[in-house]
Amino acid sequence: MSRFTGTDTYVATDDLIMAVNAAITLQRPLLIKGEPGTGKTMLAIEVAKALGHPLHEWHIKSTTKAQHGLYEYDAVSRLRDSQLGDPRVHDIRNYIVKGKLWEAFDAEVPSVVLIDEIDKADIEFPNDLLRELDRMEFYVYETQQLVSARHRPVIVITSNNEKELPDAFLRRCFFHYIKFPDKETMEQIVEVHYPNLKKSLLREALEAFFEVRNVPGLKKKPSTSELLDWLKLLMAEDISPEALRSTDQHKIIPPLHGALLKNEQDVHLFERLVFMSRRSR
Amino acid sequence: MLTDFFFKLKEARIPVTIREFLTLLEALKARVISGSLDEFYYLGRTCLVKDEANYDKYDRAFGEYFRGITQLPEGLVCQIPEEWLKKQAELLLTEEEKQLIQSLGGWEKLMETIKKRLEEQKEAHHGGSKWIGTGGTSPFGAYGYNPEGIRIGQDKSRHRRAVKVWDQRSYRNLDDSVELGTRNIKVALRRLRRFAREGAAEELDLDDTIRSTARNAGYLDLKMVPERHNAVKVLLFLDIGGSMDDHIKVCEELFSATRAEFKHLEYFYFHNFLYEFVWKDNTRRHAERIPTWDVMHTYGHDYKRIFVGDATMSPYEILYPGGSVEHSNPEAGSAWIQRLLEVYQHAIWLNPQPESYWDVYPSIQVTRQLMGDRMFPLTLEGLERGISVLRK
Repeated sequence: MSRFTGTDTYVATDDLIMAVNAAITLQRPLLIKGEPGTGKTMLAIEVAKALGHPLHEWHIKSTTKAQHGLYEYDAVSRLRDSQLGDPRVHDIRNYIVKGKLWEAFDAEVPSVVLIDEIDKADIEFPNDLLRELDRMEFYVYETQQLVSARHRPVIVITSNNEKELPDAFLRRCFFHYIKFPDKETMEQIVEVHYPNLKKSLLREALEAFFEVRNVPGLKKKPSTSELLDWLKLLMAEDISPEALRSTDQHKIIPPLHGALLKNEQDVHLFERLVFMSRRSR
Repeated sequence: MLTDFFFKLKEARIPVTIREFLTLLEALKARVISGSLDEFYYLGRTCLVKDEANYDKYDRAFGEYFRGITQLPEGLVCQIPEEWLKKQAELLLTEEEKQLIQSLGGWEKLMETIKKRLEEQKEAHHGGSKWIGTGGTSPFGAYGYNPEGIRIGQDKSRHRRAVKVWDQRSYRNLDDSVELGTRNIKVALRRLRRFAREGAAEELDLDDTIRSTARNAGYLDLKMVPERHNAVKVLLFLDIGGSMDDHIKVCEELFSATRAEFKHLEYFYFHNFLYEFVWKDNTRRHAERIPTWDVMHTYGHDYKRIFVGDATMSPYEILYPGGSVEHSNPEAGSAWIQRLLEVYQHAIWLNPQPESYWDVYPSIQVTRQLMGDRMFPLTLEGLERGISVLRK
């Protein structure tokens, strides 16, 4: 049995590795929650890469139905074909379109399935998938055929907590909440993404970043993915570490802060606070 | 095996089920972990706890259950740095207690006694974990060296792992009775969404088209439906000024989250209690008053109404005509509330005062009665309770 230990492009904490391995070993779905931008979706991609399995991504929208993941009966095409007298119309199998879960169940090799942002869908969505995720099989009524998984895929489900998930669904999953990384982990994460970042720049940037995150009353706190974007900008603009700690009155907030603060009220608040703290020094 | 642990979690009010417990045992059987307690902690959490709001409860229950089992590292006694203990004591002790230490012979003497006491107990209990607790009757307890304090001290020594993950309780503020940030409020409010089809028909209704085409002997018969929108309408009434100044931050957060979440949102301000007029702009509150009658006539009964106020005042302000602190009101506030409740059946009152204070203020009790018990604390958990009432 293969085990997941993180990859060279993804830093996973011990508890996360444990949760992933439990899900792989017992072949149950893994539900991932966490602050936006902490790498929930990336996890599935990295697990697939580490295990060498193909990945099936199923992105959920507010209109997505559970049935879409299994199969769809393309009635419109059949209707058109019938009006044009196409011979294909006599076999209903020509109009069954496979969904992501069917593809994964049908695959010759074990695979990884990502069900992204399950909370976006209707409240009944998770309930409609209980049997499919539990037994990894479903029934196609149009052709009267039972589809069951050749290899139970590793299923990773992400949620942003917008809707409460039903208990029956939760009981069938392993659960992990990705905590916002502390400074040490964050350094590792940055190291993985930008290995040739100057140490001094990294230190100053991380300090500035956590300072911004700790400002009370921010409407949207910057996340890991925003930090990575910001660092990329800093490197592209070749900004010196000293500039991040500038005491110049005209440059009171970190350069290129637009990558971190995405709300003009937050920018104002931050400017005011920084100005006040500079003056009292 | 581990059944006691399961019941301990149940006792801690974590919603664990037998199925999840069996999953944990299955995982143990499948050797997902190699046997260290840290790993077991993570595995148990991922199997049994399905909501990060319960992580803190799990940490505490886990700590309680395993406190007796963890072995105390050898040679702890000589490893507590003395400076650290001193510093800690300075933080914790009152002036009187410091003088008491002096009378017992000063710091040096006290330290010696502690060390001796520890040594004795170590031999007696073979390094069991109880000694700090029983030390309570010795100078330890009297001067408040709690076990947590000692463990923090160890963190700096080579036994770094002695600070257990579960004892850090880093998920404390995920407990849903505490934190209420803008994002959390938005997420809670989103549960109020109700999608409905309203307006012009401009989307193809596939199912209906197929059905009517079949009925039409195979000739195409297109059917359209209106697009789905979030159809929830909200009227927000905010108490402003006076005693509400203490709660300004949480009200601001609620307000900005509500504004982002609902397309049909109208908000009005009032002071202390609702009377015959409200206003929309606080700087011009005396110039631009909106009669409450007009509000009732303008916005239909399908609006959901949320009051935000601490309801902390004299009961006269609610129950008697002329009771208002700002003007002479011809009708009592209670009459206006009842009138509003007759028009709008879906109404709740969110109170930023902690729920435990509610019984102390007669005005809160009166308001709660008027609202038919639909008053909820302005915490995430209270908001969720309120939203579920509004959804009915």
